[in-house]
Amino acid sequence: MSVSTPAYGGATAPVSSSVSALDTAPAKTKPSVLLSVLRRAASPLVLMALWEVASRTGLLPERVLAAPSQIFVTLGELIASGEMGGNVWVSLHRVLTGLSVSLTLGTALALIAGLSRQGEVAVDSTMQMARTLPFLGLVPLFILWFGIGEFTKIALIAFATTFPMYLTLYSGIRGIDSKLVEAARLFGLSYPQLIVHVILPGALPSFLVGLRYSLGVSWLSLVAVEQINATAGLGYLINNARDFMRTDVIVVCLLVYSLLGLATDLLVRAIEHYALAWRPTFIKD
Amino acid sequence: MQTIQLDLPGTGITARNDGASSFRPDAPVPPRTPVQARLLSKQFGPNVILDQLNLDIRAGEFVALLGRSGSGKTTLLRALAGLDRITSGSLEVPRARAAVFQEPRLMPWKRAWRNVTLGLKIDQPRERARKALAEVGLDHRENAWPATLSGGEAQRVALARALVREPQLLLLDEPFAALDALTRIRMHQLILALWRQHRPSVLLVTHDVDEAVLLADRVLVLEKGRIVSDIAITQPRPRSAERPEFQRVRAQLLQLLGVETDAPAPVPEPEIPAPVHTPFNFSNFSI
Repeated sequence: MSVSTPAYGGATAPVSSSVSALDTAPAKTKPSVLLSVLRRAASPLVLMALWEVASRTGLLPERVLAAPSQIFVTLGELIASGEMGGNVWVSLHRVLTGLSVSLTLGTALALIAGLSRQGEVAVDSTMQMARTLPFLGLVPLFILWFGIGEFTKIALIAFATTFPMYLTLYSGIRGIDSKLVEAARLFGLSYPQLIVHVILPGALPSFLVGLRYSLGVSWLSLVAVEQINATAGLGYLINNARDFMRTDVIVVCLLVYSLLGLATDLLVRAIEHYALAWRPTFIKD
Repeated sequence: MQTIQLDLPGTGITARNDGASSFRPDAPVPPRTPVQARLLSKQFGPNVILDQLNLDIRAGEFVALLGRSGSGKTTLLRALAGLDRITSGSLEVPRARAAVFQEPRLMPWKRAWRNVTLGLKIDQPRERARKALAEVGLDHRENAWPATLSGGEAQRVALARALVREPQLLLLDEPFAALDALTRIRMHQLILALWRQHRPSVLLVTHDVDEAVLLADRVLVLEKGRIVSDIAITQPRPRSAERPEFQRVRAQLLQLLGVETDAPAPVPEPEIPAPVHTPFNFSNFSI
């Protein structure tokens, strides 16, 4: 907007109006934080209220979807009885075991492929091919090979989460500025020192992206593998609830899945904040 | 005097550790020419970059290497640094050598002081780093992340990182090229002061004729992989670009580099136009 008024005239009205517009602009932004939060929360809240009303009036039968109030009550009951805690622990244990396998495997393979040409030839093409296999399609094969016990569940989680870690760490290693590697060599770093002081820290930002992605995939694969003959865990709760048409329990379990996903994502963000403190985006001084 | 010969596998370099004066204060004078290149050649495929080049750098000597782009300056520096293997010939360089490049090449994930002591196995690394940073005037920035340093500061940290290793040969690959003019003048003074104090042999690769004449004991001109000119600069430091001797050497070097110059008259200062006062006017005011 441009103010076009006679140059030296007594045209005070338009000028003062434009000044007042300038003054109020920054003042507006300050209290708007709360307002925008409320505004963003409004539509889900309205939706919940409609859902509740629909349930109470019988428009939405409980065997289709339980009322939000019922879901919260069920959540409280499951927590109080200890059922939720025990099953979440079983699921968490599966995810963590699978992730520790994939973390070890993905890191080792990425180092082999990233650090040498022979390693790249030996590892990368196989990994790139295996990566395209839909891991859900492997479920029947894994059941045939390893049965329907814990091993299959953990192996599938590990399989699904290895690739994001491998790919990001591998590309992180290859993306390191060769000038830094050269300087490190000139200043007398041995090969192991080079890996510890230059290559791994340099590849860390990209690896942490892979880790976040892996965590997301791990919860997704958990949902899938817990449909296979589980006797404990969130998937078991869901399967049981299906048999008894307890839609409230199913929704509670879905909520817990998403909360767990959110929590692990926050964890990686915290790690990023600490480990990548050197990045310009995090520097605050 | 005892000389230890060391073969660095893969680099084609014979490194020499002369029992180092820093370890034995009563030792005889260090060798006169720590850097000796004889018939040194470097080829990339069919391209000859360095062509049977001979080079001596005496202990404590400040040598500048000039040349057009593509003349092999950087290749020679990289060979001296041990970063590239040479194709043929012999090359003798001291084992203790360090380099500062055009970019600071600091590890962004290490704080300034950790960059200085990178790869060093020493006692009290932090103390050593602080001393080295104090020498370049940056002891107050020891905990800074490299991303928060200005270009000049980062380059000074890189200089501290090189000097903390007490090099016998300091290689400078256009270290001032990316700095603004004022910072560059300060860096020239700093590098001369540090050179006087530590007395390493210095090879400065540059494309700036004035910089070479200002700093070096000897200016070499590289062309097509050979040193075609070797000019000793005897003027006492600090040198001034206004002095006629300076202008004469500069004109000579520019001619060698293929830049035609007229009589070496000082370039007049460009006339700065007087600021025009424009009264404030709402009509040229827009939001």
